[in-house]
Amino acid sequence: MDARFTRGKSPVLERALGRPRSELSLAAFALLFSELVQYCQRRVASVAELQARLAQLGHHVGLRALDALVARERPGRRETKVLGVLLFVKGPLWRALFGREADKLEQANDDERTFYVIEREPVVNTFVSVPRENSSLNCAAFAAGLLEAVLGAAGFPARVSAHWHKGTTLMIKFDEAVIARDKSLEGR
Amino acid sequence: MSRSPGRKQENHKISRELFVLTYGALVAQLCKEYEKDEDVNACLDRMGYSIGIRLIDDFLARSAVKKCRSYSETVDMIAQVAFKMYLGVTPSVSCNSVTGNEFSLILDKNPLVDFVEELPAERASLCYCNLLCGVIRGALEMVHLAAEVSFLQDRLKGDAVTEIGITFLRKPEDRRHRR
Repeated sequence: MDARFTRGKSPVLERALGRPRSELSLAAFALLFSELVQYCQRRVASVAELQARLAQLGHHVGLRALDALVARERPGRRETKVLGVLLFVKGPLWRALFGREADKLEQANDDERTFYVIEREPVVNTFVSVPRENSSLNCAAFAAGLLEAVLGAAGFPARVSAHWHKGTTLMIKFDEAVIARDKSLEGR
Repeated sequence: MSRSPGRKQENHKISRELFVLTYGALVAQLCKEYEKDEDVNACLDRMGYSIGIRLIDDFLARSAVKKCRSYSETVDMIAQVAFKMYLGVTPSVSCNSVTGNEFSLILDKNPLVDFVEELPAERASLCYCNLLCGVIRGALEMVHLAAEVSFLQDRLKGDAVTEIGITFLRKPEDRRHRR
């Protein structure tokens, strides 16, 4: 039998979820994030790979952040519409993780699958200065991976990428199936 | 980097969950890339060290503490001011040796393990919070205090409390001669 089940229950599992959120110093996170980026940078050969690694780490965070947050903010209700989940992301999710709402949420003019979450200065990039030779690097790829994991776990699979546009733009491209499902829900 | 003066105040806090989960992601990534626990621990310690050597600047700038006159004052400062400022907890301090250069910080609540249930069986000797040891060591070294910092007890490994041991490497008398 798995050794895990024969040991005593961990006190973490007994704790209530709805405790008041506390905050830590940005400096601690910024330094940790910088070490993270440096660690990834030592193991990759290109900017695209570095962004992919950061996205992977963000993915890890996003998956775990979603459950606790939904249980606290929206107990008993699940977002079923695309617009609903996007507003949840822009508002409660961003506020819970980064301390403030995202600046803008827009839809692409020509593509109904694409949405943009725009932030002038993302919190993860607060102390990041990108050298000219790597100017396409945007460490908000971490936030992009986080968002991709959140949307995927919420039932809205999508691809999210970070771009330098009006500050930082996270481009969300939903799968066809998601949009088709949304349309059929509207039809009811 | 031009920024309006008001912005700095509103942005200097971050959600605890984000920090804790990011740390977890880092440890998970290290565990994937290194097979041996000792390698992961060493890597965490190194990263903590490079964080510590920069964190000390932020700490001194924000806390405006006076110069510490003894090792026990230094450790009290770490426990009551630094830990409070960066992790929001206050460990208790105890002195372990007669010579006055071995101390312990006993962490009742450790925010880094908020979401950690327990260590997996194949990672039994992983020091999950080893980054903290590196941070303390790096910060102390930047104020010219050489020390060895390690975990003496760890709740994740089944001990009753989490205890960080700090051993200053120079005899306490040497400090008095510095003036």
